[in-house]
Amino acid sequence: MDFINNNILSLILFSPIVAGLIVLLLPGENKQLARRVALGLSLIPFILTVIAWVGFGAAPEVDGFRYQQQVEWYPAINSSYHVGVDGLSLSMVLLTTLLAPLAILASFSVEDKVKTYMFLFLALETGMLGVFLSLDLLIFFVFWEIGLVPMYFLIDQWGSASGERALWNGMKVPARRYASFKFMVYTMAGSLGLLLAIQVLGVVSGTFDMLALFQSWPSVTGTLFGFPTETVKAVAFWAFAIAFAIKVPVWPFHTWLPDAHTEAPTAGSMILAGVLLKLGAYGFLRLVIPLYPEQAHQYAGVLALLATLAIILGAFAAWGQRDFKRLVAYSSVNHMGFVVLGIAVAAFAAGTEDAAIALNGAILQMFNHGISAAAMFFLVGVIYERTHTRDLEEWGGLFPLVPVFGALLILSSMASLGLPGLGGFVSEFLVVRGAWPVFTVYTALSMIGLLFTGAYILKGISKTLHGPLNEHWKGHLTEINRRELLVMAPLVVLMLWLGLWPAWLLNVINQAVVAFFG
Amino acid sequence: MPTETLIWLIPVPPLLAFFLILLFTRRNNGLSHTIAVAAAAISWLLGMLVFLAAIGVEHLGEHPFESAVGWLPLGGSVFSIGVLIDPLSAVVLFFVAWTVLMIFIYSIGYHNFGQPKGEHDHPGLPPHGAVAHGHHVPSIEPMYARFFAFIALFAFGMFTLVVSDNLLTLFVGWEIMGLCSYLLIGFWYAKPSARAAAIKAFMTTRIGDVFMLLGIVALYSATGTLNFREILYNEHTLELLASTPTMVFGLSAAGLIGLLLFIGTVGKSAQFPLHVWLPDAMEGPTPVSAMIHAATMVSAGVYMVIRMFPLLSAGWHEGGALTTTMTAMAVIGAFTALFAATIAMTQKDIKRVLAYSTISQLGYMIAALGIGAYVAAAFHLVTHAFFKALLFLGSGSVIHGVEHGVLHTGEHIDPQDMFNMGGLKKKMPITFWTFLIGGLALSGFPLITAGFWSKDEILADAFAHGQMPVFIVLALAALLTAFYTMRQITLTFLGTPRTKAAEHASENVRTMTLPLVVLSVFAIGAGWVGIPDHFPGIGGLLPSWFHEFVGGTLLEHPHAPDFNIVPLLTSLVVALGGLGLGYLVYRNAGQTDPLRKPLGGLYTLLENKYYVDEFYERVFVKPAIAFADFISSVLDRQVIDGFLHRVARSAFSLGGVFRNKFDAPVINGFGDWTAGITKSFGRVLRKIQTGEVQQYLIFVALITFGGLFYYLLNILQ
Repeated sequence: MDFINNNILSLILFSPIVAGLIVLLLPGENKQLARRVALGLSLIPFILTVIAWVGFGAAPEVDGFRYQQQVEWYPAINSSYHVGVDGLSLSMVLLTTLLAPLAILASFSVEDKVKTYMFLFLALETGMLGVFLSLDLLIFFVFWEIGLVPMYFLIDQWGSASGERALWNGMKVPARRYASFKFMVYTMAGSLGLLLAIQVLGVVSGTFDMLALFQSWPSVTGTLFGFPTETVKAVAFWAFAIAFAIKVPVWPFHTWLPDAHTEAPTAGSMILAGVLLKLGAYGFLRLVIPLYPEQAHQYAGVLALLATLAIILGAFAAWGQRDFKRLVAYSSVNHMGFVVLGIAVAAFAAGTEDAAIALNGAILQMFNHGISAAAMFFLVGVIYERTHTRDLEEWGGLFPLVPVFGALLILSSMASLGLPGLGGFVSEFLVVRGAWPVFTVYTALSMIGLLFTGAYILKGISKTLHGPLNEHWKGHLTEINRRELLVMAPLVVLMLWLGLWPAWLLNVINQAVVAFFG
Repeated sequence: MPTETLIWLIPVPPLLAFFLILLFTRRNNGLSHTIAVAAAAISWLLGMLVFLAAIGVEHLGEHPFESAVGWLPLGGSVFSIGVLIDPLSAVVLFFVAWTVLMIFIYSIGYHNFGQPKGEHDHPGLPPHGAVAHGHHVPSIEPMYARFFAFIALFAFGMFTLVVSDNLLTLFVGWEIMGLCSYLLIGFWYAKPSARAAAIKAFMTTRIGDVFMLLGIVALYSATGTLNFREILYNEHTLELLASTPTMVFGLSAAGLIGLLLFIGTVGKSAQFPLHVWLPDAMEGPTPVSAMIHAATMVSAGVYMVIRMFPLLSAGWHEGGALTTTMTAMAVIGAFTALFAATIAMTQKDIKRVLAYSTISQLGYMIAALGIGAYVAAAFHLVTHAFFKALLFLGSGSVIHGVEHGVLHTGEHIDPQDMFNMGGLKKKMPITFWTFLIGGLALSGFPLITAGFWSKDEILADAFAHGQMPVFIVLALAALLTAFYTMRQITLTFLGTPRTKAAEHASENVRTMTLPLVVLSVFAIGAGWVGIPDHFPGIGGLLPSWFHEFVGGTLLEHPHAPDFNIVPLLTSLVVALGGLGLGYLVYRNAGQTDPLRKPLGGLYTLLENKYYVDEFYERVFVKPAIAFADFISSVLDRQVIDGFLHRVARSAFSLGGVFRNKFDAPVINGFGDWTAGITKSFGRVLRKIQTGEVQQYLIFVALITFGGLFYYLLNILQ
């Protein structure tokens, strides 16, 4: 037990990739075995996270972070393997380790190169966990990049087989190639600036350790490399901000998202929407605000404006879709807009009660969106696997054929809509509450987005389930099966639990908010 | 058990029923409705116990039943939620518990429990009837159990709303009802009209809801709490809110927040200009109409503004000038009352008449509140809930009876069209007498009906406060109300049947008629608790309990208006006059409306509801759809992606330039030289270079993670 307790974060971090290697090295071509082993092993990081969660309050705390572990890694440039969690990162770790097994279970219908698929998936999990757990900028960056690679291949190799996208001069490429390339190159374009800015911080401060940088970097003054510090900081701020803004994505950097989400395999979309988008928001909260409090305050208005645009235009764009999966993809732009709005409030009014409420809301919204978006993408995947179409106009009146699926779709849609009593409401309410005194006009405008959230959610439900039955599907559409129900069950429980009694999660989040931003 | 515990428990049984039915008993109709009705009965019993306890407390307004628990830890504080029973919520709880239970029982008969399954019935469509022993008989609703699950959730929402001690959980109940109304209006979802109506209801009320949400957060920001008692029973807070200026229209903080919350009510209680959803909501089964229109959802909107009245009226003193927010309410309420009443005069569908009547009556309550008639608004809310639930259930009974006739005769007629009815008095006596009681209460038939006392109090208040425009508009609306009610009664029940189906209509089963009887008792008796003390003749025989009790909710007990003969005479004249006119015009009506010719174009305008729907469609809905299309296909795909593609293309050509002008001549020249050495090295490496991307990737990953592992091992040592 001591061994587990002392190394718990490293165990959480590396157990998925070890699991992936085990799956890869399994003898023979038994697909079912590979799937089961992957699923079974992916439960290990989840169980470890639960253990960490339970012991969280009792674990010793240094500078606001618990379960810390630091080992020399690259002493020449003072970079070390340093991990630790606070309420913010722990809730994201929980989200990741919870969604990963569900995504793997959802992937049982993948028939192609199963072992490689599972390996990539588990490698992806380690990449994402690394971002949340790192307390060293260089390590953070390494994991940030590692997460990209498996996702690129998941979309490119296992994405939807049909569809084309026109580029220029009538040149056409397969949609999944287009989507995976766009995802990869766009994120990497953002990462370039991030890497350079990280170098600047490292060179100036002589360390990459976040805890040290939180103390020293904001107070650096004078000139750096012959420029005024303010200029250097502003440039570095934007380098960080743009990298994370692309990942969230903040409007107008969002167009990779509908492509990537739509073309990715079901489980890939679940993880993309559930966890990968959170990396960007996490970057803002973990790095941008603490490292650049002044710049963040200065440019918070821009961020709030973009967040409002994301909320409004994301909702309209979702409403305009015919492809159900694209509709759900755009809903992420809409919902993550609230996260960014909360972050903007925290950046602008750090230390106030409004900021504390908005931050609680934003982080809770990250978690809630992770749950509801994963559920939505999964359900779209369920019906896509059966009908081989995502076109809303080709369904209609399916409710009598698939009553259980229908009920789950309505429930998940409502959670996504932010219906009171289900998860999303509390977080949206808190963000709006925090934002109102700070960005009153933007908050009021964002209500347009909230209104049209209703429009696209109801469009999805009514075009799929309601209306006259499209007789074509009679006898061809089977009800959601037991494995799929097993994927949905934890998500449904969490939607209700977070809607009715969010305190269990907010307690942990609030600790981080108070300690880190209070 | 302490009363507080009972209050916490009130909303629980329907919620449990919802989950039980949906998860376990949905295939067993009898068990499902037993669970639902039992849940409603337990909530009713708890509600009655709480109500009795509440009326037993002296000065309940000062010492209400309260209990709260921490819900959200936020920064340094904790947001608490809890329950509250003060005089206002006690009376609302009373009528909600009764009407909900009656509606649940009625639903059993309405959905043809005990009848055979129809051969051609499908889930999502109303049952078509079945053939048994060679006869056409009604068939059971195919989604019978699901219906009870939904109305149970609906009841949960309403009970939650009523017992809440804060605006946030009130909003939770509010929105859950919104969802249920969506699900229930679209209960027969396979009908495109029902699907459209459900979406319309949800979206229209959501417009109000987003404003209300802003009102809630603004209130929370301004006061740091959402607890009713802390805000509304607190002179200091109210004064502060009334004296804080805002940037909007020169309103005070209280005024702005009040206005935002009021817009929520405009949506939920279907006031102009957001009234359009309610008539379409008639697509749902009749018990749903009763539930939405009378007992719960629309009442919730009015309940909320009555609840928030101290805030809405902050800065106003009895007899003083109205605040901007109150003026807005008075204007919208009075206008809606008259506006909807004019439309109701021309509708053919028996339920649509009632729908517009509901809009109109809610306008009464809003207008009453706008002019500061707090108790009168609450009083009318209670009596209206009873008699309107009665009327809706009665109309459902009529439709059901006529449908029976339709099945029997095989006629293809609309069983909801009043011009296909007539003479049902003899066929359906219980329905007739109870409907008559409800209709008279709605018209404000003097002295005996509940509607008279509550409506009279509103008119008296308007007159006493010197609000003459409001008084006149409401009096006119009352005249029209009596007129269209008598039109409805005459067309439906009196005279001779206009169709064969009406001739063969028959009275319904006891589960349907019993609730009618119970509700008609309240449609009469509920008014007697509020007879003004100074009323000539009978005033003072019964104590004017309602005013005394509900007035105690406020910090400052409101004054009852002094007796004046003018509003009383007005009440009598409009009620009796309207009823009389209605009878005279329609007693010999055939298949067309006798008013159609004399009114001409005006009739068409009214019949088409002033073309508001068409107007909205053209001005709001279509442009919004076009905008959504523009965003998704032009802005994102062409403008933003177009820019990205251009960047990609430039990078692509730049790469080409580098390759042809630099790479090939310079690098490759050097490269060729080194190639020889590399080649031999390559032979070794070739073994692992299979050209398969996955395999490369595995190598990359292996090396990366191998490195990390090495360090992990170091850590562990």
